[in-house]
Amino acid sequence: MTDITTEKARIGAPSAQPFINGFTEEGESLSPLNAAASKSPLAGEAVKRHSHGGGVGIPDSSRAGRLTSYKLADFKPLTGMEEDWRFTPLKRLRGLHTEVLNGAAPTVSVTAPDSVTVETVGRDDRRIGSAAIPEDRVSANAWENFTEATVITVPAEVQADGEVSVLLTGQGTEASAQHVVIIAEKFSKSVVVLDHQGTAVVSENIEILVEDGAQLTVISLQEWNDDAVHASSQQAKLGRDAKFKHIVVSLGGDLVRVTPSARFTAPGAEVELFGLYFADAGQHLEQRLFVDHAVANCKSNVLYKGALQGRNAHTVWVGDVLIRKEAEGTDTYEANRNLVLTDGARADSVPNLEIETGLIAGAGHASATGRFDDQHLFYLMARGIPEEVARRLVVRGFLNEIIQQIKVPAIEERLTDAVERELAATNH
Amino acid sequence: MSTLEIKDLHVSIDTEQGTKEILKGVSLTIRTGETHAIMGPNGSGKSTLASTIAGHPRYNVTSGSITLDGEDVLAMSVDERARAGLFLAMQYPVEVPGVSMTNFLRTAKTAIDGEAPKLRTWTKDVKAAMAQLRIDADFTQRNVNEGFSGGEKKRVEILQLELFKPKFAILDETDSGLDVDALKVVSEGVNRAHAEGNMGTLLITHYTRILRYIKPEFVHVFVDGQVVEEGGPELADRLEEEGYDRYATGAGAATIAAADAAAQA
Ligand SMILES: Nc1ncnc2c1ncn2[C@@H]1O[C@H](COP(=O)(O)OP(=O)(O)OP(=O)(O)O)[C@@H](O)[C@H]1O
Ligand SMILES: [Mg+2]
Repeated sequence: MTDITTEKARIGAPSAQPFINGFTEEGESLSPLNAAASKSPLAGEAVKRHSHGGGVGIPDSSRAGRLTSYKLADFKPLTGMEEDWRFTPLKRLRGLHTEVLNGAAPTVSVTAPDSVTVETVGRDDRRIGSAAIPEDRVSANAWENFTEATVITVPAEVQADGEVSVLLTGQGTEASAQHVVIIAEKFSKSVVVLDHQGTAVVSENIEILVEDGAQLTVISLQEWNDDAVHASSQQAKLGRDAKFKHIVVSLGGDLVRVTPSARFTAPGAEVELFGLYFADAGQHLEQRLFVDHAVANCKSNVLYKGALQGRNAHTVWVGDVLIRKEAEGTDTYEANRNLVLTDGARADSVPNLEIETGLIAGAGHASATGRFDDQHLFYLMARGIPEEVARRLVVRGFLNEIIQQIKVPAIEERLTDAVERELAATNH
Repeated sequence: MSTLEIKDLHVSIDTEQGTKEILKGVSLTIRTGETHAIMGPNGSGKSTLASTIAGHPRYNVTSGSITLDGEDVLAMSVDERARAGLFLAMQYPVEVPGVSMTNFLRTAKTAIDGEAPKLRTWTKDVKAAMAQLRIDADFTQRNVNEGFSGGEKKRVEILQLELFKPKFAILDETDSGLDVDALKVVSEGVNRAHAEGNMGTLLITHYTRILRYIKPEFVHVFVDGQVVEEGGPELADRLEEEGYDRYATGAGAATIAAADAAAQA
């Protein structure tokens, strides 16, 4: 049996228009055609708490109240009952939450345009901690244990020509810690690719500082080997009028848990958070994002799309968007769509929108999980298209919306091929 | 010259209440160049016949046969049937998210022909066919049937008919949901495909109005999973006037024939 769950914070009436026949769905809208029109102003409505139907008895709490600390000891040992760990199979974390992370960290090799500065620094470097603070035990464990960090700086007003390519190659299954700092100085423009490969058991902290007027794209590719375990906190802090685009692509690894966040510190900034994941049999791919609208007049747009196939393929998407009292004029939309290709896969999808002010430009969310169903297949096959080709056609089309956001042709091509390989591995 | 032959076809579906027989012995032979109309009231099994020919997995053939030039169609998969030359214009075309029309049409054409069409001429052909069916050029960028109106979906079905050039076209209520202008445009499309001389048509309809534009040589009346009466175009005219009431559900062909004989005596 396919196990499809869709949990949600419900704001406004569920959409009446199906996204795909047979899809369960929630949210104002799922059709990209009318997504914009569906942003409800929610005037006067302050929604602070949401219940997670089907939860496991954990008290619901505002994202604003989450513990943050640089000290591991401040975080209690994990039980799996915590709200932010309830979907993660802790046993498969291979000690990232319990062990001292002193294994060899993935090696870092950076190819960058000359205008970009790349340094390897010690723990005491002043830039460490400039954009991030751990929000969970696994992240704090990495913070306590990393020995050196890679700092990438795009100097003020530099338009980096060509992308900064950071290759992180796993060094085996000893639990390890990694730290990377990316600083996009004022009015700079750049693209940074974090390319995770090989076998690793690693907890990683990526700090991203996007200064006033800077434009930065960070693409994090998880194309690990099958046995890799990866927890990655990727926190961005945005200055005035900054533009940040973040794209998470998780394809390989036994357990991959990426927790991106974007914090606005001054008005006029914009973030786009995109994600693509494709889980095969047995894989656990989790993404939990947080957008903190702490100041007025910022914009965020979130779209994550996932495909699942094979027994016990499991994906989790949790999207926390917090619009604080001060954040008047906020405009935000978040959506997650999952396409379940075979029986036995499970997609969890939880959008959480907390709104503490009614004076916003727009706020919306949507979540849909559904099957590539027999009707789609029949239609395409009735036009002479063989089953495998039909399946590929649909998945490629589904995921392409994210791939085409990357705009680095070599990577787009590589990911298109990777998706083809994932599909070719279908055993049904 | 090709022949599609349906012999004593019995079809059932699995429902929550158990197995339900829908087609109760249907026989029909269509040849290249012929147009057959199947007319019948709602729920009589017209779409079931169409879907069974196309190979929809929901319908179980319990006995009987379908052959295309002697080849066993029932042994073919859905895509093999399409590649063998069968085309079903669906009553309710399916929306396929994520797949653009351009991509879909080219992929299907490649599958049916066994080789990719020459890009230059193909693009031109698609454009021309779309223009004739009054389909906006920007439809090629949209996802298959996604958000199309009922009438637009039907035009796009006929677009495929014209582009894929099947041996046999089964049109399941292509006329329903069309206004008069659209009905004309769509009928012209079918007639163009027919005029090329290599196609047989099975036109399924509930109403007679499409028969003003597409002229069948044969009319079959379908009631309760059976053909209860057959004739030429004049039979359609009679249905226009009298409706289906004459064929009370459950009345078999023999009963009708007997009633007709009695009426004439
Ligand atoms: N999936 C199904 N589940 C239950 N019953 C079905 C199903 N499909 C068809 N039927 C039943 O089979 C019978 C024939 O249906 P079919 O759709 O073939 O009729 P039709 O002649 O095409 O009708 P219409 O003119 O309304 O299109 C009907 O009684 C219908 O309710
Ligand atoms: Mg029907």
